Amino acid sequence: MRWAWLCLALSGCATVEERDPRDPWEGFNRGIYSFNETVDVYVAQPVARAYVKVLHQEIRTRVGNFFSNVQDIFIGVNNFLQGKFVDGVNDWARFTFNTTFGLLGIHDVASEMGLEKNNEDFGQTFGRWGAGPGPYLILPFLGSSTVRDGAGLAIDWWVAPLTEARPIALRNTLYGVYFVNTRADLLEAGRILEEAALDKYVFQRDAYLQRRRSLIYDGSPPREKLE
Amino acid sequence: MKKFFATLALLAFGVPSLAQDPAPDALVKSVTLEVIDLISKDKEIKSGSRAKLVEVIEAKVLPHFNFTAMTALAMGQNWNKSTPEQKKRLTEEFKTLLVRTYASALAAYSEQKFDFRPLRAKPTDTDVTVNVRVLQPGAQAVTLDYSMEKTANGWKCYDVMVGGVSLVANYRTEFANTVRNSGIDGLIKDLQTKNRSLAKQDKK
Repeated sequence: MRWAWLCLALSGCATVEERDPRDPWEGFNRGIYSFNETVDVYVAQPVARAYVKVLHQEIRTRVGNFFSNVQDIFIGVNNFLQGKFVDGVNDWARFTFNTTFGLLGIHDVASEMGLEKNNEDFGQTFGRWGAGPGPYLILPFLGSSTVRDGAGLAIDWWVAPLTEARPIALRNTLYGVYFVNTRADLLEAGRILEEAALDKYVFQRDAYLQRRRSLIYDGSPPREKLE
Repeated sequence: MKKFFATLALLAFGVPSLAQDPAPDALVKSVTLEVIDLISKDKEIKSGSRAKLVEVIEAKVLPHFNFTAMTALAMGQNWNKSTPEQKKRLTEEFKTLLVRTYASALAAYSEQKFDFRPLRAKPTDTDVTVNVRVLQPGAQAVTLDYSMEKTANGWKCYDVMVGGVSLVANYRTEFANTVRNSGIDGLIKDLQTKNRSLAKQDKK
């Protein structure tokens, strides 16, 4: 507050961009952001659109289910690490049923049985353990993150079963399909974001930070009353 | 005689319940199901008519929203610094943008199932959250949380949280930044420009 008054006292202060305390590296982040946007517009989106055109929704859902199933193993691990044992057992049961009856995960039979999909990762576990998000961070190619979630993501990928796939050519193919399928899933959401936002960078950042906070508290964070 | 009793029953039970405002969770459910039913039957909407979709939203959904409250929340402290005329124009432009966004989200709807959660509130509460979950195979359910306030004209929604992201809160920084850089009139102008370019897109 004192700074605000000091600012008023000085001339030309109105032109100084006020820093958002959650995003101290905004200048740097915006640089990476515009790089990502360029890659997205010229490479990722066209590939994703072609993918959507070639493959029927039904098949894309199966592809998504396959990756989603593999991820359930570590979603479970993270639930255990957060002390949510019932959820962890739920995730591992999902993996067991979907891998067997669901033919390597392409059918999500577990959901039909009432075992619901959870959303967990190491970033959320760190948050649950009390780590704050730290500064907002845009990762090259991957987009919105924070220092905490970036560290979490590194572990997510380090332990991901996908990285163990061999031969290397198979592993790389799986990576490729995973990214294209994920981007294809987000085409619609991306369009809505584009329409809704005045400043896409800010809108996306705030949505990401709100979303992560909500996920850490499993959908019911302590309510911040807007006044 | 049968008819007489039926009429009596209607007078005794039916009419008062019509006069009474529906509970917030019942309201969300009936409006959601009605809109979904309308858009999945309407040929024009199915073939991609944005105008028709917006028409449905304006007729069925808008009456249950308090856009002045939404705009005030998104504006934060700047709301009190606005003149009545500015407030009116801000609300109008913000409403147009939100309706447009809502239409885009609805247009992407494809047969997902809804899970309407029982309301966790006391009957005397005047500010409640209605929780709905959109279920989709292979992915975590998307939560829709409607913040609703009791008014003289029934329950009105003043914020929607999608997957934990409050729509109103998400505009706060954007609005504050724009007002800081170009004033309240600058924000009105930005919103107008945005809405016009979106309207142009729809015509293409």
